Amino acid sequence: MHELKKLNKYFLRYKRKLFLGILFILLSNLGQVYIPLLLKDSIDNLTSGFSYDVLLDKALFIVGAAFFAGIFRYLIRMTVIVVSRDIEYDLRQDFWSHIQKLPLRFFQNNSVGNIMAHATNDIGSVRMFVGPAVMYSIDTGTKLIVIIAILLSTSAELTFYSLLPLPFLSYFVYRLSKKIHIRFMRIQEKFSDLTTKAQESFSGIRVVKAYVFEDREIEDFSEISRDYMEKNMAMVKIQAYFQPILFLIAGLSIIIVIWAGGNKVIAGELSLGEISAFIVYLGMLIWPVIAFGWITNIIQQASASMKRLTVFLNEPVEIKNNELTSYVINDYSGDIEFRNVSFRYSENFPLVLDGISLKIKRGSTVAIVGGTGSGKTTLLNLIPRLYDVSGGEITIDGNNIRHIPLDVLRRRIGFVSQETFLFSDTLKRNILYGLDKDNDSEVDKAAEISKLNNDLDNFPKGYETILGERGITLSGGQKQRTSLARAIAVNPRILILDDSFSAVDTNTEEAILRNLREFMKDRTSIIVSHRISTVKDADTIFVLDNGRIKEQGTHEELIALKGYYADLHYKQLLEDELKELS
Amino acid sequence: MEQKDDEVLGKAYDSQIMKRLLGYVKPYKRYVVLAIMLNVLVAALGPLRPYLTKLAIDDYIAKADHNGLLVISLLLAGSLVFQAVMQYFLTYYTQLMGQKIIYDLRIKIFSHIQKLALRFFDKTPIGRLVTRTTNDVESLNELFSSGIITVFSDIFIIVWIFIFMFTMAWDLSLVTLSVLPVLFYATFLFRRKVRESYRDVRYHLARLNSYMQEHIGGMSIVQLFSKEKREMGNFSSINNAHKNANINSIFYYAVFFPVVELLSSIAIALIIWYGGGEVIQGTLTLGVLFAFIQYTEMFFRPVRDLSEKYNVMQTAMASAERIFKLLDNESFIKNPLNPKPLPVVNGEIEFRDVWFAYKDDEYVLKNVSFKIEPGQTVAIVGATGAGKTSIINLLTRFYDISRGQILVDGTNIAEVDKRELRRHIAIVLQDVVLFSGTVKSNIGLNSSEISEEQIIKAAETVGAAKFITALPNGYNQEVKEKGATLSVGQKQLISFARALAYNPQILILDEATSSIDTDTEILIQKAIEKLLEGRTSIVIAHRLSTIQNADKILVMHKGEIRESGTHTELLAQKGIYYRLYQLQYKDQEITRSA
Ligand SMILES: Nc1ncnc2c1ncn2[C@@H]1O[C@H](COP(=O)(O)OP(=O)(O)OP(=O)(O)O)[C@@H](O)[C@H]1O
Ligand SMILES: Nc1ncnc2c1ncn2[C@@H]1O[C@H](COP(=O)(O)OP(=O)(O)O)[C@@H](O)[C@H]1O
Ligand SMILES: [Mg+2]
Ligand SMILES: [Mg+2]
Repeated sequence: MHELKKLNKYFLRYKRKLFLGILFILLSNLGQVYIPLLLKDSIDNLTSGFSYDVLLDKALFIVGAAFFAGIFRYLIRMTVIVVSRDIEYDLRQDFWSHIQKLPLRFFQNNSVGNIMAHATNDIGSVRMFVGPAVMYSIDTGTKLIVIIAILLSTSAELTFYSLLPLPFLSYFVYRLSKKIHIRFMRIQEKFSDLTTKAQESFSGIRVVKAYVFEDREIEDFSEISRDYMEKNMAMVKIQAYFQPILFLIAGLSIIIVIWAGGNKVIAGELSLGEISAFIVYLGMLIWPVIAFGWITNIIQQASASMKRLTVFLNEPVEIKNNELTSYVINDYSGDIEFRNVSFRYSENFPLVLDGISLKIKRGSTVAIVGGTGSGKTTLLNLIPRLYDVSGGEITIDGNNIRHIPLDVLRRRIGFVSQETFLFSDTLKRNILYGLDKDNDSEVDKAAEISKLNNDLDNFPKGYETILGERGITLSGGQKQRTSLARAIAVNPRILILDDSFSAVDTNTEEAILRNLREFMKDRTSIIVSHRISTVKDADTIFVLDNGRIKEQGTHEELIALKGYYADLHYKQLLEDELKELS
Repeated sequence: MEQKDDEVLGKAYDSQIMKRLLGYVKPYKRYVVLAIMLNVLVAALGPLRPYLTKLAIDDYIAKADHNGLLVISLLLAGSLVFQAVMQYFLTYYTQLMGQKIIYDLRIKIFSHIQKLALRFFDKTPIGRLVTRTTNDVESLNELFSSGIITVFSDIFIIVWIFIFMFTMAWDLSLVTLSVLPVLFYATFLFRRKVRESYRDVRYHLARLNSYMQEHIGGMSIVQLFSKEKREMGNFSSINNAHKNANINSIFYYAVFFPVVELLSSIAIALIIWYGGGEVIQGTLTLGVLFAFIQYTEMFFRPVRDLSEKYNVMQTAMASAERIFKLLDNESFIKNPLNPKPLPVVNGEIEFRDVWFAYKDDEYVLKNVSFKIEPGQTVAIVGATGAGKTSIINLLTRFYDISRGQILVDGTNIAEVDKRELRRHIAIVLQDVVLFSGTVKSNIGLNSSEISEEQIIKAAETVGAAKFITALPNGYNQEVKEKGATLSVGQKQLISFARALAYNPQILILDEATSSIDTDTEILIQKAIEKLLEGRTSIVIAHRLSTIQNADKILVMHKGEIRESGTHTELLAQKGIYYRLYQLQYKDQEITRSA
């Protein structure tokens, strides 16, 4: 329960509206509770007074009271429920602004679906608490007290008998809606399995077809569907008796009134008008009593959801500005140094980088080569602080990168990741992603350098072509070049290319490298590649092996060293050249 | 604007679609008839009770008959219990039927999509196909399980109420029911408005979700480019639009519910005023008045329900239409009627004057002819977009050719069962696809024919065993979404191992080693040579060192094979291949001379 106290700060923001809402609830209940009394008077008038005027009077009053209550009912929704949407909005804003700060580690370890579930389901169930639950509990509570008071003053005995089933009803609803909630969650889970399976199977359709396992996919899918159906039926089983029993218990109350009350009327202890008021009041009470059970559940769910959200919101922002940040730094020129850097992905994982020390002078180009999984990408990720080092330090212009404001650090780095991610937006907006203004000449320039302009004919609407699901699919090479153009467009001081030409043919690659040589004249660049032809011109080449720097030097020096690099070079030479060599 | 597309609602009833839908109900026809009959019966029980109340008041309370009152109270209780029991069975069985129909339909859709040709996938967003198999089917569920049958029940409840009311007092009935047109109109208006605003809410919700989905996936780009502020702005405006859409819909609820309550109070006021007058005149009994007050409460619900059912029907029709459109799409790669058997393959491949276009007659492959002898290794080189992947797409019959012939072991592949053909071929695709599951299941693809030893053997052959065994759970390690915690090269190795575990007669590598270091690559090559000795392979790669040992190299340029021969032959030709070679190696002259 105390989880929900965290919502207080949100409630406080809207306290005026909420206060009004509560006031409206009270006023509206006043009107509603008045109606059965009018009904009683008019029926009593039919058994004793026989006055047409009284009838008309009461009838008009009923409409008047209903109108009065109605106006406030309207206002209740327009305040309380609107506030719940406001708070939902605020919660989501806070959620997202936190998510944006979380490190790459978080996103690699949590699936998109999981994060989405929190953003939608959990926030949704907290909103149910903030709005409907708050509204109904105040509404119900006040109504219950007033009505029971009126009933008691009419006939204590009859009140006792007729209210007898209601606590059971409340308890029953409470118990069942808890079960319903659990089963509902299971259905949701299965449904998301179903969606995931379909998504995965359809997007991997090439592999499915190539390896001829359509049948297995259909079988898997059938199994999940069957499971989903069973989960649904488990829910149906409850629902099927939930409603009938609700009506049964509620109906019994009324029958008790008719029977016991009828006897009292015969005995002359009660009037027929009182009985009818009783029945109408019971009708009014049944919903609140049901609501009690229901609300208790909403509160429980909301508190569970809030707990999960809190876990999320407390997820540490590992990488951020802190007291060591020196805000006077607002630019740098690009001298990078690694001092004895080590890194592991988490406590019980092995070291991925171990004692890395290297210097990269501004304006120079360095290359990193190394085997699959040797730690190249990991090393590059440390520079813009996608991860923080586990040991040692990285400096730029002599400042520890942890002291450079994060946005200053990242703004001047052009990063082309090994796996390209583009937004499903126009090509142009993808290229200009790092800039804040639309700038056609920038697009042209960046596309020119990255040789994306060669492919312009393939894009139906030029740079305005939309990419992704709703647009065209780029080839691997085109994606890589778009990602390169995006990095170039920010006018970086440091350009980082992580195996960015793996899907680009050598011809085009050569042209890009030629352009880059010019562009990178006084910028620092770091290139990772498996192709000797890509790295051979670098000022320094580092060979990474199992997280350690094994060799370093220029192409010629490393060849002369006759180590890993020379071997690599040798292997990439063609056989006839090898013959010539010997 | 896909979401809006999917939201287009048409008629609530379309006889042709309905007929087709009922086709799925056919196996359960008896249930339906039974359910409807029970419904008609049960519908009478609710309206019966106010009538019994009237009897209680007029015949027993007024006449001070204690025993009669007890009997009628028991009758009331009995009808209540009976109704509850019937209701239980009705709900259970109609839902069961609905679920079964949905299950059948869902599998049918999924299987259908699995069979569709790649050409179809090229132009259909995956998200839309997922929606068909999930949400669209779900909205039919409502139609089958509650829609069709409760419509009957609601109608009969109203009919029964009318019957009881009119037999008791027709004039009071008319007076009371005079609010009905207003109720109908209000409900109709409300439904329409709510539907519109609900559609708006759904649209904005979809936008919010797809924004979040996309940006959670691309968060590192947002962060790398320090665009958190701008993205926060974008998010806020979408979030805000979503909030406003919701608040708009609150308005309609806020108006509608009080209006309904007001109408029901007006009806009661009318009963008291008009009916009360008649009671005073002695033309009406108190019991009738009493029953009428209960009936007004009672008929508001089915009216509201019915209008809701209208929405259910409308959504269901729209979904059904989309589903049937998909099921009617027969763009399959057709198997021949009497496929020639292809039990074993030696691996001879021949392309004869093959022409191919993805779109109309923008030919991507022009007059391509080549022959690969069994056991040969053939390399294909060329710039991106030259048509290398397309050749492979044709060989596995992912697409059908426009002109020419493709022969495997002298048999035209159009004449054999495409699945049998694919059983002999393993491809390592350009884009790595990892499925959720373990490393093991990603290599063996859960095939019963691939043993654990074969999986391990395959992983060892491609040099993946080393990093796999270093994982905390080894081969049983869960693969995070899209293999997020593996290096790119490692992912490629897994998909490579998958091809070897398949033990194919023909192996195709489409830039399969682009992110793998040369060392590992050479190791793999040697291991494969041993493992797949005598089998045919096709290799596409940009690194010339990868392909130099091929028995034959095909040089593609703009959809044509421009050169072919061995490495030495091609160099001697001084053509495209020679230029490519120079690009990759010219600067290495220095080292050579050094
Ligand atoms: N998020 C992560 N969590 C745990 N381990 C990881 C994570 N990312 C990478 N690794 C592991 O760290 C090691 C180094 O990975 P890295 O991506 O740096 O390799 P790489 O040198 O870039 O390889 P490649 O040439 O294949 O791209 C690998 O063994 C990899 O499995
Ligand atoms: N599914 C497709 N739909 C339409 N056009 C395609 C499709 N796949 C490839 N293309 C086009 O066909 C041409 C050849 O592509 P591809 O065979 O993939 O080349 P490569 O593998 O040599 O890079 C390119 O112009 C490409 O844009
Ligand atoms: Mg990498
Ligand atoms: Mg290709």
